[in-house]
Parts: sequence; structure tokens; C-alpha cells
Amino acid sequence: MLKRLRRPGKRDRKREFPSKIIVLGATSAIAQTWMRLLAPEGASFFLVARNAARLESVANDLVTRGAATVYAEAMDLDPTEAHPALLQHAVNLLGGLDCALIAHGVLGDQSAGEKDFSLAAACLQTNFISAASLVTWLANYFAAQYHGTIAVLSSVAGDRGRKSNYIYGSAKAGLNAFLDGVRNRVDRNGVQVLTIRPGFVATPMTAHLPQGPLFASPDAVARDILRAIRSRRDVLYTPWFWRWIMAIIRMVPEWKFKRMDL
Amino acid sequence: MAAKSKQPVFESWGRYPKVDCRVEPLFWTDEFPRGTRLPPAVLPVGMGRSYGDVCLLEGGTLLSTRGLDRFLNFEPSTGLLRCESGVTLAQILQFAVPQGWFLPVSPGTKHISVGGAIANDIHGKNHHVAGSFGSHVPSFELVRSDGTRMVCSAQKNVEMYSATIGGMGLTGLITWAEVQLRPIASRKIRYEGVKFSGIDEFLSLSSGSNHVEYTMAWIDCISRGRNFARGIYMQGDHSEVIEPKKVSREPRLSVPFDFPGWVLNRTSMRIFNELYYRKQLRRHVTRLVDYEPFFYPLDSILHWNRIYGKRGFLQFQCVIPWRYGRDGILAILQTVADAGLASFLAVLKVMGDCPSPGLMSFPQPGITLALDIAIHPGTTFPLFERLAEMTRELGGRLYPAKDARMTGPQFRSFYPQWRQFAEYRDPAFTSSFWERVTADA
Repeated sequence: MLKRLRRPGKRDRKREFPSKIIVLGATSAIAQTWMRLLAPEGASFFLVARNAARLESVANDLVTRGAATVYAEAMDLDPTEAHPALLQHAVNLLGGLDCALIAHGVLGDQSAGEKDFSLAAACLQTNFISAASLVTWLANYFAAQYHGTIAVLSSVAGDRGRKSNYIYGSAKAGLNAFLDGVRNRVDRNGVQVLTIRPGFVATPMTAHLPQGPLFASPDAVARDILRAIRSRRDVLYTPWFWRWIMAIIRMVPEWKFKRMDL
Repeated sequence: MAAKSKQPVFESWGRYPKVDCRVEPLFWTDEFPRGTRLPPAVLPVGMGRSYGDVCLLEGGTLLSTRGLDRFLNFEPSTGLLRCESGVTLAQILQFAVPQGWFLPVSPGTKHISVGGAIANDIHGKNHHVAGSFGSHVPSFELVRSDGTRMVCSAQKNVEMYSATIGGMGLTGLITWAEVQLRPIASRKIRYEGVKFSGIDEFLSLSSGSNHVEYTMAWIDCISRGRNFARGIYMQGDHSEVIEPKKVSREPRLSVPFDFPGWVLNRTSMRIFNELYYRKQLRRHVTRLVDYEPFFYPLDSILHWNRIYGKRGFLQFQCVIPWRYGRDGILAILQTVADAGLASFLAVLKVMGDCPSPGLMSFPQPGITLALDIAIHPGTTFPLFERLAEMTRELGGRLYPAKDARMTGPQFRSFYPQWRQFAEYRDPAFTSSFWERVTADA
């Protein structure tokens, strides 16, 4: 019997990819559930988050669930000067890198930020500047080795500025444009840049909001992200219906939109 | 986006009583207590699978532990698992079964949290050999509202350890716990089903199967006369044939909406009981079954409590000591059958004499009967009052995790140690149940 031969392609990235992973903002609910999908496959992780005790419980969880090795570093990612050394350290410990998930972010306080710009600037720093700095280093690293995946948690809030959260939304909008540009630069080197745009997800970030039918579980979102990474998608709306909701919201003419309460 | 209906934000599994409370989700073990922002009255709650009001707090704040869902350590050689208190038994099974480990004690649903299993000191089909869940929890961490964190075990903080097991969540917040799992060779259970009619046949079957690990009986509480107290005795052991142990599949069935109140009536119940009894054709069957349908037949249907409609239902579970066991259970069954209200989930089981470390633990040696009854105002409550009174006269007790109706004097005679327990209660922790049964003391 002849064995059917197939050119290596998308499907071959299915299992056991990614296996050397850095997660920035590892205590985020979506990041945690995403890592739990990969831990039983024996992946290795380098985790970064601010709170050392919480980071340790996340690391213990992943090791117990079967992760090969888990390194954890407690630090604040707002100052960008420390990023290159941090990422280089991660690569050295993991012995390479094939995927990075950027999941740190803050929702910020919109109404306080409207009065005090320093609060708005801090929100932009965390959600945009810090993420952009990390993406820059990672894109260069992956482009040089001709493979790798950068997955970044953005938000549907970046699709159009709304009065209820335009500070957060504009940071994510800037991030979306930044990622589009980086993708355009490094795609030819075989690097995947995935912009993840979740809608409402039931996480600590949204625990204060009333939970409606549009809320998705972190688990559903994490599964979508892993599927998108393995099928080399560029932009992921998750859950899927947000693509259509946001398409409609973007279509509303500005003269009408500016008078709406959103 | 705000919920339009007047449904309470949090319901217990029996959906009675309806109580107004706030839910504050916890995601990290260091989040409680948060300094001065501590609300005056709190109660930790896991999956809310208790039937009545032990997991509710009128006007207070429920600390939802569902976000405390991390595994912290597992020793594959000894089967000792350390996990946060919001981890569910379903998550433990999904993790441990493929590695050849199983829960030491399984209740009728796997969708309960480890914290809830400790707080209610749950029992299962193997109570006569393994005791209650608390006997398999070597240690846990308890956080009090004043910020004290203590590791409790049979050696350290012994009084707090004993008060917290079966302590209905009132002694503080359990943040993590150790659970001693038991080894299995296969997912399969060697199942044996025997039809019986009458309590005496049930008792002789029970005494003949002391060596079998899991035993329980489904009993028909509706039929009277010739068919009174008929049922199916179900028992099983873990199969010892070594097999690959795959992960369970997610349930596919769900009850999407509340059934109208008339669906469950005397006739439909009678038909159900008749069919269930006749499902097993031969008097005696033996076969290999998967552990999921054996332990958790109802978990295959999500939200099954909706069949009882919006008004909800009550669960009655008593244990009657051996001295009055046979006649006591008969009298209770007779009362239930005469009332004509009973539904299809009646379970009879013999409880063993393994002592629990828990001070307020429910199980005691004897016979336990559990049944669900839909709430029909005017008939259900008087029946429950009579059943509770009968239980008291027979020297038995009711199970707080399943109760919504017992009175203060009844509770205090079922659990005379309650005053001693009250000293270990955290001053900021209380529940609708606790307020109900101690208010008039």
C-alpha cells in the first residue's frame, strides 16, 4: 500500500505547536485558560505579571497540569526600557521561542481619565506603548529565525471610539494599526501576527459590569485563540459574532454616531 | 444589558427560597479580606448546588469561589492533590482519571466545588466503607475575616479543622485544600442491579453487600399497596481490568427553559416510576458500565432543576439511626406515599459508622432517605413539617445542605453540638440557613 504523502502545510502546526511560549500578563483570565489548553501537551512557559504570589499560583497550576517547565518573573511591564533584557532572558531560559501572547492590559477609569489626563496617559502606556515595545522586539527576533507567532489581546473597543471607553479603545485602536503594520513587514519572513479582538468576556476585568447574553467564557475565547494560532489567522474576532456587530457599528455614519449613547 | 427580569442574581439548586443577595466573584486566594471594604455579612459559595439556603445570604454578599480554580500540586505516586477551593469535582476527574486516580467520595453530581464538598461534608455511595469527604481532606487553608490565614489539619488548628468540615462555610473562607485521591485501573464499574419490593428485601440486600464499595437504591415513593417501597438496588466496584482511561465528553443535553408547573403531576410521576422500575427487565442484572452514568446520571442533562418550574423544589434527606431504622423509614415512606407528592428521585442508602472529623457532619450510622418534591404551596410545606418532626421523634437528623424548611428547635435537637460550633463561626460569616435556625435560640 502506498502511503499518501502530503506537503507540510497549515495542518501540521496542529498539535504540539506552540511549545516554547512567553506570556506577558500571565495572570489575565484569558491567558490562564489559554495556557491550560497547552500545558497538558507539555509546553514550556515563561510568565510575566506584576503580582508575584498570583504568578506563582498560575505557574503551579500549569506545572500540575503537565507543562514541561514554567519560569515566572514578577515585574511591571509599563517601563519599556526593561523589555529587551527581559525577552532575551526568556529566550535563553526556554532555549528558543516560537510563540508570544501579549495579554496584559487595564480597562482604566474612563470618567476619571477625562478629567485627569495623566490617568489616560497611564492607560495608553500600558495598553499601547508597552505592548508595541514588546511586539517590536519579538517581531525582529521571529523575523530573524523565520518563524514564530505573536498573538496580542486587543479588543473590539478599538474598532470605533465611543464615549463610554474611548481612552481604552484608542489605545487598542493604535495597537491594531501597529500590528497591521508589523504583520505587513514580517509576514514575508514566515511570522504570524495575530490580533485578537474579544468582545465581552467574563473575567475579573469585567466583573463589575452586569453580565448579559453577549458575555463569553474565557474558555471559549481561549479555544478560539489557539485555533486561530494553529490556522495562522491574522485577525480574530471572538466570539465570532463580534465581527458582524463591529461591522455594523463601523458602518454607522459619523453624523449619526456622534449623537448615539454607546 | 442589565437583567430585566426580577430573578434573583443567585439561586440555589432547589431554587427555593428566592433571596436577594450580592455576588462578589473571587479570582485569587489573596483577594479576601480586602481591608476596610469588607461587607458586614459574607458567605463563601461555590457552585450553588446545595438545594436550600445554606448557600444563600439574604441582604449579604456571596463570595463566589468559582474563579479559584487552580491546581497547585499533584503527587502522581501518592494521589495527593492540592488545589484551590473553587476547583470542581468534575475538573478533578477530568484531570485525574486519565492518570489513574479517582475521587475518594463522589456525591450525586460532579458539579460541586471542593470548598463546598468540605463545607457540607458530603457523602456518597461508598459512605459505608469510606466515610464522608472530610475524611479524605488532610489539610486546607482557612482565611478569617480579620485577615488571619491558618492551615488546618488533624495536627494543626485541630478545632478549626473539625469545625470547618461540615461547617457550612461559616468558619471562614477555604482558599485551598488537599484531597487524597484513590487509584483506579479503569473507568469501568462492575455494576449489579437487583429489583426489590419492600424495605426488608432492601435491608437484606444491603447487609449482603457490605464488601461492595458503592451501594444505593432507587425507591418508588408513589406506588402503594402491593408495590409499596419497591425499588432497584444498585451496587458496583471499580473494575480491576487495566484499561486506557480517556477524558469524559461534555454533556450534550440541557433543559433550555423552565417547565410549566403542571408537567410534573401525580400521573406523570407514576408513569415515570413505573417505567423506571420496568427499565430493568430481569430481576438481577450485572454488567460493566462507565463511571459517569453510574455516579452522575443526572449530570448528563444540564439544568435539570428547571423541570420543576420557576417555583422550584425541596429536597428532603434524613438519616434514621439503626434503632428505629426499618420502621422509621417505613413510616416516612408511608407518609410520603399517602401525600402523593413524591417525585422520581428517591434514594435509599445505608450509612456506615466511619466517623467524620467534622463537628457538624450530617452522616451517622443508619439508613438515609433522600427525595425531591416540587413546591406546591399549601401541601408541600405541611408535609415537610411532618417529615422533619417524624425524623426528630425517630432520633434522626436532616441534612442542612438539602434543607430549606427545618425549624430552629429541630435543627438544635438534630445538632446539639451547634453551640460549640457557633464559637468557631467567623463573626462576619453567616447564611440564610444559619439565621433561620439560630434566630430564635
